[in-house]
Amino acid sequence: MTLDFLIYKIILVLIVFSITLLVATYSTYAERKIAAFLQDRIGPDRAGPFGILQPLADAVKMFMKEEIIPNVSNKALFVLGPGICMLTACMTGVIIPWGKTINIGGTDYPLQIADVNIGILYLFGVLSLGVYGIMIGGWASNNKYSLLGAIRASSQMISYEVAMGISIIALVMTTGTLSTAEIAAQQHGWHWNVLIQPLGCLIFIICAFAETNRAPFDLPECETELVGGYHTEYSSMKLGLFLFSEYINMFISSAVIATFYFGGYNMPLIGRWVHDPNALAILGIVFLFMKIVGFIFFFMWVRWTLPRFRYDQLMNLGWKILIPLSILNLVLTGAWMMRHEIMVYFVK
Amino acid sequence: MLTNRSQVVVKKEMTFIERMYLPAIFSGMLITFKHLFKKSATIKYPEQTREFSKIYRGQHVLKRDEKGAERCTACGLCAVACPAEAITMIAAERKPGEEALYREEKYAATYEINMLRCIFCGDCEEACPKEAIFLTDRKVDSFYTRKEFIYGKSILVEGLESDKRVDVSVRETKAVEEFKKHKEFAHNETYDKNKKKTVAGH
Repeated sequence: MTLDFLIYKIILVLIVFSITLLVATYSTYAERKIAAFLQDRIGPDRAGPFGILQPLADAVKMFMKEEIIPNVSNKALFVLGPGICMLTACMTGVIIPWGKTINIGGTDYPLQIADVNIGILYLFGVLSLGVYGIMIGGWASNNKYSLLGAIRASSQMISYEVAMGISIIALVMTTGTLSTAEIAAQQHGWHWNVLIQPLGCLIFIICAFAETNRAPFDLPECETELVGGYHTEYSSMKLGLFLFSEYINMFISSAVIATFYFGGYNMPLIGRWVHDPNALAILGIVFLFMKIVGFIFFFMWVRWTLPRFRYDQLMNLGWKILIPLSILNLVLTGAWMMRHEIMVYFVK
Repeated sequence: MLTNRSQVVVKKEMTFIERMYLPAIFSGMLITFKHLFKKSATIKYPEQTREFSKIYRGQHVLKRDEKGAERCTACGLCAVACPAEAITMIAAERKPGEEALYREEKYAATYEINMLRCIFCGDCEEACPKEAIFLTDRKVDSFYTRKEFIYGKSILVEGLESDKRVDVSVRETKAVEEFKKHKEFAHNETYDKNKKKTVAGH
């Protein structure tokens, strides 16, 4: 562990952190713009050209608002809730391989903060921690709507994490690794996992929508029934952190979907024209971000198209459809991988 | 059964494809995607304003004649015609020496239109036998109290000076044209000579 290594890692962490915040900030702007365009409107266009400074104005508004902590709430936990939400949202970015290694002066610098060999396990661990922020915040508010929102959030997370996990197990079986860097590296050329695991990919994307509490799975904060859901009692920047962490989660989910199923930083055919490894690595970052932006658009597109699920429909979909489907996917994947042994057993 | 148009409602069992919902979701998403490229219906208000119809019915005006005398004689036909009962007035007798102010022996001492009641139907100008009240393309302002929406004569009667006169030529129907042929009733001659096309107030 040399000093060089530490400095490089710190710089990388800072860059990834600031890019995450930047993308999340402008996701709020993009969300409003896309919602407007899908509804034949213009959207925010007053702050700066095309309303480009709208997120800044929103942030200033959030900071200036009066901060209210309800008397009957559990104050420590009330403050802790949005903090945990934000913390876990930012933690997942660590294992995303943002690009290949960049070689500067004979030293290799991998564009991944931590290439842990249990990357997927880490991801799931942090993802399931994410619900604690919502649960604690909702419970500490001491408000029926908040509590209902928190209960919904936790049950939804538990239900959809199962299907998500099983669909990922099938992916782990075909790739044979738990390391995200290796999964991304395996998908060079056309070897994208979505072509190998289409059903698993579909289940994973549906579950990602549920895990990020995005429409049509936004029951924890559904305005029509629960006022504001788990963040009913929150105001000022604490509310801002809750909303902000949702956008960070969306960004990270898009990155995870792109990395696991859609080739990560790989782009087919690019190797024919670009040969310099450093240029390829930088292009890889661009490709990954193009994919991420595409998925963020997809998230928003779905939100402004589909209506919200009813609670029983949500549970039906999770337990009676997605979990059996993901198990089927797991069995089929296993059968395909063991096809020679199975054939030998039957043919003799 | 009376009309023979009743139909039996059948709740169809959904097919497997329909129960998957995915085709329906994709077709729905296609529809929203098409809207990305549609022209937005927004009018950016302070910079752009919606184009009014030529015969837009907005805030009322009480006309003066060419000498500047108020045409209204407080006959009350407009108040009777008003379906929203927005118009009230108190009639008074013209004193000697007020001939320049009021056209006929009787005039409206007060004339009030409640703009919150008014539905801008234009029946008042239809009913008016003296061509005194017209609707214009001016918009009624917004206020903080209901009281302010009751417009009195100070707002409704047009100004004396020629540049404060309100052009209502767009709202002058055939009946008005006929009315104007009678020399003794002619109004706004000074104004009509200018043939100013733009409508006062804008």
